[in-house]
Amino acid sequence: MNLFAQQLINGIFIGSVYGLFAIGYTLVFGVLDILNLAHAAVFTLGGLVALWLVQSAGMSIWAAFPLATLFSGILGLIINAVAFVPLRHRPDTYFSGLISSIALAIVFESAAIGIFGARTVRFPISTIAVHIWQIAGVTITSLQVEIVMIAACLMAGLTRFLRRSRSGKAIRAVAENERAARLLGVHVDGIIAFTFFISSALGGAAGILFGLYFGALSPDMGRSIELKGLAVIVLGGMGSIPGAIIGGIAFGLSEVLTVAISGTSNLRDAVAFTVLFAILLLRPSGLFGRRQIRET
Amino acid sequence: MGLSHIFTQFYAVYGSLINFIGINSLLAISLYVTLSAGQLSLGNAAFAGIGGYTAGILTMYLNVPYIVALLAAALMSGAVAMILGFPVLRLRGVFLAIATLAFGEVVRILAINLQITGGAEGLTPIPDKTQAWMIFTALTLTGYFMAVLRRSRIGWSFASIREDETAAKAMGINTTWYKTLAFTIGAMIAGLAGAMSAHLNYIITPGEFGFSAAVQLLIFNIVGGTRVWYGPILGAALLTALPEILRGFGVTAGPVRMGVNGFILLMVILFLPNGLVSLFSHRKD
Repeated sequence: MNLFAQQLINGIFIGSVYGLFAIGYTLVFGVLDILNLAHAAVFTLGGLVALWLVQSAGMSIWAAFPLATLFSGILGLIINAVAFVPLRHRPDTYFSGLISSIALAIVFESAAIGIFGARTVRFPISTIAVHIWQIAGVTITSLQVEIVMIAACLMAGLTRFLRRSRSGKAIRAVAENERAARLLGVHVDGIIAFTFFISSALGGAAGILFGLYFGALSPDMGRSIELKGLAVIVLGGMGSIPGAIIGGIAFGLSEVLTVAISGTSNLRDAVAFTVLFAILLLRPSGLFGRRQIRET
Repeated sequence: MGLSHIFTQFYAVYGSLINFIGINSLLAISLYVTLSAGQLSLGNAAFAGIGGYTAGILTMYLNVPYIVALLAAALMSGAVAMILGFPVLRLRGVFLAIATLAFGEVVRILAINLQITGGAEGLTPIPDKTQAWMIFTALTLTGYFMAVLRRSRIGWSFASIREDETAAKAMGINTTWYKTLAFTIGAMIAGLAGAMSAHLNYIITPGEFGFSAAVQLLIFNIVGGTRVWYGPILGAALLTALPEILRGFGVTAGPVRMGVNGFILLMVILFLPNGLVSLFSHRKD
């Protein structure tokens, strides 16, 4: 029973990282109706830049984390300017945007390999002090708690920002109807760029937390989370932020429970992708989505 | 001596590259069929995998003649596509792409976990049966089939669905049937290509047919252009030969090659939305 509880807790920890990553995905989709497939490359670069700041520039992780997050946000601005702005007025913008973001993802990933090498790299042991607690037979580390706290703060901050602040409301207005927002005096292009900034900053932050949690970073680590992120946002409903959070945790739980029950890590992703597949066929708007995405 | 000698030497150096160009062209065409009906599928790499495993298992364990194994591979992939197509093709755009992607992952995970597919190490040794002339015969026939298909009732129906699905339906075109047909034909070509590739490389592994492979097929189509059937072949040939071309310029570093790949894709989508073929084909349609 303790083992089961331990797995549940581990699932929630890793799920919160998935959720943070997926929020960035779903935010851009909610506003622009396009998938930004370069999001996973930002995730990777965010983690690698944080590692570089800690290892080579000798910073504390608490300084490196915001800096690398800011850097990721700037990457988001680049993605928007290079891959999406030039295509915005094409009739097939969702398709061509998908392709141009794939192209940028390839360029970013090759840059990551070129600059940081193709090897798996690790945060130094001393990066963050880890305490280990035993509570009723369940092991929790301070690192896990910190990761969940940071993820939760970022998520709560984003939700509050979108609900209350002027820019947040402008983002929601553009998501609702771009033309109406423009008529009402919203600076639409600026708001879209800002959305990319937030989305990529969250993606990069997820990359750093992922790197801290597993201790290891590699230039291709974005690839597996790219698919998981897609699964999470479909599960939660495309464009829905609470959906992405709950979807992320559900996905994390399904992973650890599949491993725990089947006893082999080979099947880890099978359940999740089968569920994703079933959801697309049975309820393609996801658990929290409202969009019509199927022929009537 | 003379010409045939030069050809033999050229083949000795570039033979495997030429074979890969042929296989990749077939795979690119398989996706082109689906794209020509306006459907973005990322499942064609998985269909190639299904074909490869089917043919490999048949020739390795049952000593089935090569040609029969190829046919079986194409039929198997086609059958899976047809069963999958009816529910999945109701989804639009990005959602279809995600669903086919999820299907591809499920196929990959199955291949890792099943006994008969050889697990994570892959299926080997598959007898070495594929020769260059076979690949290029298949490619020629497929290209001819595409050219004929385009001018047929089926081809026009695909084009009308791509341009406007609702309008096509209103014109009395059975869109569900034609979309499933495009998906199935594409899967059969992919299955054939996968089977040939398995009998060329002696081995087939689950990793070959994942997300990156599916995206690579899409890149071939975009770079070449999807308005004419030889566009995907051009894209596949150029990008498959790119490492060799770059080596000619003295570039051998992996990241640079990959970066050039991405840069070409970016330039094409930004400045040549109909692909490289639009540089020398001015036909509008």
